[in-house]
Amino acid sequence: MSQKRNAFREGLKDGLPICLGYLAVSFAFGIQAVSTGLSVFQSTLISLTNLTSAGQFAGLGIIAASGSFLEMAGVQFIINLRYMLMSAAISQKLSPEVSTLKRLGIAFGMTDEVFGISAARPGMLEPAYSAGAILIAMLGWTLGTFLGAYSGEILPAGLISALGVALYGMFIAIVIPVARDDKNIMITAMAAVLLSSIFTFAPVLNTISSGFRIIIVTVVSAGAAAILFPVDDAEEGACCE
Amino acid sequence: MNNVYIYILVMAAVTYLIRALPLTLIRKEIKSPFIRSFLYYVPYATLSAMTVPAIFYATKNIWSAAAGFVVALILAYMRKSLLTVAAGACTAVFLIELFMV
Repeated sequence: MSQKRNAFREGLKDGLPICLGYLAVSFAFGIQAVSTGLSVFQSTLISLTNLTSAGQFAGLGIIAASGSFLEMAGVQFIINLRYMLMSAAISQKLSPEVSTLKRLGIAFGMTDEVFGISAARPGMLEPAYSAGAILIAMLGWTLGTFLGAYSGEILPAGLISALGVALYGMFIAIVIPVARDDKNIMITAMAAVLLSSIFTFAPVLNTISSGFRIIIVTVVSAGAAAILFPVDDAEEGACCE
Repeated sequence: MNNVYIYILVMAAVTYLIRALPLTLIRKEIKSPFIRSFLYYVPYATLSAMTVPAIFYATKNIWSAAAGFVVALILAYMRKSLLTVAAGACTAVFLIELFMV
């Protein structure tokens, strides 16, 4: 039992930097949501129920443009499809005995960053660890949105512009330390960057929506890496030369 | 804007289903070495694709964003925490924009 409580506390501890990073990013989301015409309550409700950065920002655009519900569902599906791959990956780190209810709870908090620390957790993933990380991450994401929505308009523009890179800073902080230790991940990440840039700028390819672009680039670069550098169980998570 | 709550419901439902289905349906260990390797590389490919080139358009101008990008790379390479890296990138953007005006 005390082991369980330790896992929960470790989840809180590892989740704290995520919480603080989310505060900055969701603050920017709150500002943008209110400027789209949503109320403070609606903006906060989106963050509480969605807990996803890119999908929420895209959703705001659709609400602003009075897009159809089908379009909303389609865009969310494409942009967030990566979570399906992350959830599938985490399913392999859960003991088969973990109950459906706990799995449903872990699923709710499967963000890029929570996935990052869960994947990096040595051995099997304890649901208590996920609970701690998800609770504190949700707190940061929701509270930040509320604060941004409530007070965003009084902030100077320079500060809002600076907050724009917070989300990407977090992504970089997840990828680089692992890529430094595993050259195959470094190659995969660089291939993804190259492909993503080609799809963004090359004629014809640049007409593909950003959600689709991320999916195509992910499948191609991770697929190629899986063929070229298959991972042995023994070396998984271990350091390569 | 009466539909806002329906929009929110659609967003939340689609996003949650995507996350919940694999975690509840895949209960056994995946044996295929290809799928295991693929899933191992997915998060790093996705996060990299989401960051570049998008980060260069996340601020008021491309030079401040580039400064934030470089600072984030350096801090992350030094294994600084998520918060330190994010805050360092934001500070770099803020300072560059302050001096470019």
